[in-house]
Amino acid sequence: MIVELGHFCVMIACLLALLQVALPVIGLKQNNLVLMASATSLAYGVFLFTLLGFLALIYAFVTDDFSVAYVASHSNTRLPLQFKVSALWSAHEGSFLLWTLVMSIWTMMVARFSTPLTADMRARVLICMAALGFGFYLFLLLTSNPFERALPFYPAEGADLNPLLQDFGLIVHPPLLYMGYVGLSVPFAFAIASLWGNNLDVSWARWSRPWTNLAWAFLTMGITLGSWWAYYELGWGGWWFWDAVENASFVPWLIATALVHSLAATEKRGVFKSWTVLLAIFGFSFSLLGAFLVRSGVLTSVHAFAVDPERGAAILAFLVLVIGGSLILYGARAWNLRSRVTFKLSGRESFILGNNLLLSISAAVVLLGTLYPLGYEALTGGDKISIGPPYFNAVFVPLMLPLMGLMILSNRSRWWATDRSLLTASQGIFAVIAVVASVGVAWAAGEIKVWIVVISSLSFMILLNLCHEFYRRVGQKSNPITRLFRQPVALYAMFLGHLGIAVSALGIVTTVMLSEEADLRMAAGDIAEVGAYTVRFYGTTNVDGPNYVADRGRVDVLRAGQAVATLLPEKRRYLASQSVMTEADIHVRMLGDIYVALGEPLESGAWAVRVHIKPLVRFIWIGGVLIALGGVISIFDRRYRLNVSRRVRQSSVATNQEPVHG
Amino acid sequence: MKFGVMKPQRRNRLLLILGLVGGLGLALTFVLKALNSNINLFYTPVQVIAGEAPFEARIRAGGMVEAGSIRRSDTSLEVAFTVSDLAGAAFEIRYTGILPDLFREGQGVVATGTLNQNGVFFAEEILAKHDEKYMPPEVAMALNATGPEASQP
Repeated sequence: MIVELGHFCVMIACLLALLQVALPVIGLKQNNLVLMASATSLAYGVFLFTLLGFLALIYAFVTDDFSVAYVASHSNTRLPLQFKVSALWSAHEGSFLLWTLVMSIWTMMVARFSTPLTADMRARVLICMAALGFGFYLFLLLTSNPFERALPFYPAEGADLNPLLQDFGLIVHPPLLYMGYVGLSVPFAFAIASLWGNNLDVSWARWSRPWTNLAWAFLTMGITLGSWWAYYELGWGGWWFWDAVENASFVPWLIATALVHSLAATEKRGVFKSWTVLLAIFGFSFSLLGAFLVRSGVLTSVHAFAVDPERGAAILAFLVLVIGGSLILYGARAWNLRSRVTFKLSGRESFILGNNLLLSISAAVVLLGTLYPLGYEALTGGDKISIGPPYFNAVFVPLMLPLMGLMILSNRSRWWATDRSLLTASQGIFAVIAVVASVGVAWAAGEIKVWIVVISSLSFMILLNLCHEFYRRVGQKSNPITRLFRQPVALYAMFLGHLGIAVSALGIVTTVMLSEEADLRMAAGDIAEVGAYTVRFYGTTNVDGPNYVADRGRVDVLRAGQAVATLLPEKRRYLASQSVMTEADIHVRMLGDIYVALGEPLESGAWAVRVHIKPLVRFIWIGGVLIALGGVISIFDRRYRLNVSRRVRQSSVATNQEPVHG
Repeated sequence: MKFGVMKPQRRNRLLLILGLVGGLGLALTFVLKALNSNINLFYTPVQVIAGEAPFEARIRAGGMVEAGSIRRSDTSLEVAFTVSDLAGAAFEIRYTGILPDLFREGQGVVATGTLNQNGVFFAEEILAKHDEKYMPPEVAMALNATGPEASQP
């Protein structure tokens, strides 16, 4: 009964979303403010009913209602409670319900916090978001209904959640990622609303900036968590595989990163107006494309389309409608948009332009590599190819080098033009320090590879330049404490973002360069040397978990005779599905992980044992967290909070007198 | 007209266009080069034994792991096994390292590596997907092309 009520609630949410489109549209036609404002109250209604539907499905999971087909195929009575809840978004139907919930949350937030907008602009933004939402509800209800019952014959026991997903990662990764994906619909809606209202001054940029930064921060966090999850859960010790699913989230991230920067230029200086609109359209379009491709299974094979043609066709139609529609609107309204603002080559605008070029190109090449096998299969009538990580490394890394180069200088840059002395001060000595440090570390590691030295030198340069700029702004003159608090939040947001990139890059380079990896055949009592460490295997014992049985190995790790860690990796067999899973055990330290996983059992009690020493691997994710933090704090910038009425009056101001804001 | 004396707006536009063309050209060169050297074609057991697959080139191949074909070294992690399309075509794969959790007899696998002149496939990577019901599409296709009772993928 509760499940049916939940289903019904989602139907109501769908109808409310339709009303949220229709009423304000009529309001716009008749200039009726009441109808226009109805979009706001309806946003709350849509959220409430979606939440009720969501809770009903959680209820079905928690109470093991296996008459619901979706619950039966993704849960089990022995599943721990937290995984019963998160199993909701472990597969297509449920994660799509989560998607609509997240959509309704963003719509509600925009409705709540955009009161200072003019009534018609606000209505247009909310209409766009509601229209997207309506499309999602239709797709959910017509092709992917998670509330469907399998009556009259339903299983007494559920098929269980995939063991890989029975993990903390599943609880946090998809919701954060979806907050990012769907959050990109806000700048999209602002862009479309501005095109629609023929109102493309810079106010749309100012309004969508905090939303974009927040959505981008969520996306960053989602991807970072996904990488960390893959590292500790998949049992391979890798942290990025250039897998199609990863790329599907990385392409929107690259575009969103470009958007975050170009919005700053558009808002502060009135430049790149139409380009920014285009980025806003593509940012959301790619997140749609990515999420849909992954969820529909098309990326595994074109044939997946044939398995469920209804869903595939619906996805395709929706994508064509959203991308095609917005591009046509863009073509009609924005192609001849001119900005009369100029800037010099040394101005911050130039750096942002370079950033946008490089990020867009890298998004394009990653997308190409991801979709190429699909196109190849379709064109050749079924020939299967795969594009491996070497392609992505070969095209992506060279694009990141100039980007990091720009980042070094951009921290010191000013809008319009930057003094040459400001850009070049101390760069020579910094370069020497960075190169010497990088070569030194590489030499100590025993191998000097050019590209590794280049990347780490660039990272050190970014760090040194950040310190330099920070000191110049805060520490150089009197009252450093006062100055510390007087700097705009946006500046710190930029510092954090760039710091995160440098930290991540150092982590990546060090992990790639200095990792020790060994796959060993070990019987109880065997000793092996891995890098500077000695590893001793004590064999395995049987352990019972809540819904699995496991062989738990014991591995002692020593360095120079001193015990460093005792690790207990497991090989689990989950009872419901009888599937086997590797649970690695990791000794976590800031300066480097020791990662041990059990491979398969061999004859006579011996095991295949995987031992990885991964220096600075934590830096990769710490960098990601710093970047996301930068995005989050940027929305607390004074300019977005204070003096709302002034903000509206100034909304079309294209230039800004304060030179320091990011 | 000298670069230095151009109107700022025009100069900026020129720089933008030069940057775009240069960046795109460079990227395209890299991309095509990288794509060309990283396309890994998939070969079915029939194609492998018929000699259609290139030797000493990085390719992918796969099929079902034949029952009783798995042989392991006593001293290292070396393993050899046979994959077939269930219709008679089969070839040997050798691999050193840790096999994926779902690797077992009767399971579909896809290997990436090189084929030597004797028709033995040396794998650098073995994939078996983490889902009991899932069959790698390549394997399904390989079975479908030759297998008498294989179902549609």
